[in-house]
Amino acid sequence: MTSDMEAQAGPVQVRGTVLTVRRVDAYFGMTLVAPAIAARFKPGQFITLAVGGPDSSMLLSRAFSIHDVRPDHGGTVEIVFAVHGRGTQWLAERRARDVLDVTGPLGKPFPLPRDPANCLLIGGGYGSAPLFSLADKLRERGCQTDFLLGAGSGDRVFGALTARRTGRTATITTEDGSLGSRGMVTDMLDQVIHEARTDVIYACGPMPMLRQITALAARYDIPVQAAVEEAMACGVGVCMTCVLPVIGSDGITRMSRSCVDGPVFRGEQVRWDEVGTIPFDAFGAPGWEPRSRRAAQAGQAGNGTPQAEPRGAAGRPSHGS
Amino acid sequence: MAVDLRAKLGHIELPNPIMTASGCAGAGRELAQFMDVSKLGAVVTKSVMLSPRSGRPTPRMAETPSGMLNSIGLQGPGIDAFLQRDLPWLLSRGARAVVSIAGGTVAEYADLAGRLSDAAGVTAIEVNISCPNVEHRGQVFACDPGASSAVIEAVRARARYDIPVFAKLSPDVTDIVAIAKACVEAGADGLSMINTLLGMVIDTDTMRPRLAGLTGGLSGPAIRPVAVRCIWQVHEALPNVPIIGMGGVRTGLDALELILAGASMVSVGTIIFQDASACMRILRELEEELTARGVERLADVVGLAHQARALGSNVRRS
Repeated sequence: MTSDMEAQAGPVQVRGTVLTVRRVDAYFGMTLVAPAIAARFKPGQFITLAVGGPDSSMLLSRAFSIHDVRPDHGGTVEIVFAVHGRGTQWLAERRARDVLDVTGPLGKPFPLPRDPANCLLIGGGYGSAPLFSLADKLRERGCQTDFLLGAGSGDRVFGALTARRTGRTATITTEDGSLGSRGMVTDMLDQVIHEARTDVIYACGPMPMLRQITALAARYDIPVQAAVEEAMACGVGVCMTCVLPVIGSDGITRMSRSCVDGPVFRGEQVRWDEVGTIPFDAFGAPGWEPRSRRAAQAGQAGNGTPQAEPRGAAGRPSHGS
Repeated sequence: MAVDLRAKLGHIELPNPIMTASGCAGAGRELAQFMDVSKLGAVVTKSVMLSPRSGRPTPRMAETPSGMLNSIGLQGPGIDAFLQRDLPWLLSRGARAVVSIAGGTVAEYADLAGRLSDAAGVTAIEVNISCPNVEHRGQVFACDPGASSAVIEAVRARARYDIPVFAKLSPDVTDIVAIAKACVEAGADGLSMINTLLGMVIDTDTMRPRLAGLTGGLSGPAIRPVAVRCIWQVHEALPNVPIIGMGGVRTGLDALELILAGASMVSVGTIIFQDASACMRILRELEEELTARGVERLADVVGLAHQARALGSNVRRS
């Protein structure tokens, strides 16, 4: 475990040597030697990898949340991924001593509570990958950690054993009932919140799951820190592809980049129902005006309210294809 | 022996020809974490508009063979925020700022040129004319010589006399030389080419277009031969007009290819999404390739491929 003394700010671009690639149930785990990234890592952050080699026809970086870092070999970084397409297939075929272009750690980490709290960590599929290093940090601060993990089937619940071993409680749900109780994590959320006396929720997984968790938690006034999965091209804040509507502290909705403004957002700040659209009142939306001007015209508002643009195809996961 | 890499952006001398391509580097700040932006020939900013703009809905990108489609829709905070925040930051880092501007009307382009001229420190203006003309049924300025000319003439008239104005051309035209000539006659000090090509991807699982905006701009190495062709044709017709070449540059050799076709500067775009410090690598590789060919001055090889016999015949093939 890297001490805070060594931690430095800002991402780096390095050549990382593959230490191992192995199957973890339905997923792959990859460990890379990348000391500078390990030293800077905070839970919730991610790395990007170039895939396919120097003449690759796959130009875009693949983003992966960091599962954990370890001090071995000067500092290693571990990711978990599913094979979705040619890029992740190529990654799964890497072997020890292969060298990859790695950039990280990227994005805003999970904020930690100032005082000891009961923390519920919710993960969907391999979205749970970043939750275990977060749990370590939370326990260092005297927090209780409870896990609620779910997936389609038992082999796709990532980290069930670790959760049972390290969490105060661990609740597992699967859609086919092959592990834990049958259903979705959101089916168990009420019960877990009550039993664990949850103060704060950390969640990572598909957008619909994050939306439902935020809505349920709002009833109990429990803050949610949600790590989103949006399609990214660069991961460093320049390509503007990974945006989603986020309400700022000034009350204005902006199309925020999940790579640099996130991936962790406060649940209630994300306009989940409008992900994939430009809300009509978003900063710079067609017909958008500064509030001062809008207020002045409020009395004469007619029927010309611009509509939000239609939602396109479903958002793609950030975990590459 | 170091190669003389100096390049001329209009009357302005740059230490080297490598720049970021507009829309692939923000206003430099994010990439400064990975490289010294003052070491670039220039930072070409993401296109700035008069007002804040939210852009298009997501999904905004799709990976394609050796390329990508993007349909960002010029999301940005507008000229006020740019002048307040981004330009001063670039200048404080010692970077040369080539500001890309975009608008929906000729007047908007002119106003932007005026605002940039009032601010100190703008090295050059690159006019992104691949925008729909809201006063002409949304027809893209860059696809019509008259509309292109009108924008460039208005920008040239409002831009301070010592700020070079470059017109960025679209390859999606029948005769790029005609557009290039119209822009130069309207007062452009140089030309940037090429912008992206309009493309589309359909998801065979959902059976719907992959991008929420339906169509997007194709970029990346897939379009490099189109860039080489456009630069070649325009340099052939207008040999004295400086060209910033861009389109699929991934290595120093790719940059050299555009230079041989007639570009005197080269912008690096899509590959930045995979390699945030790609510009510095490409600059280093370009210098190595020039050295390997016994070239002493970059300027000596600009457009060299147009000569009957290039000096490359004695270069070893690897």
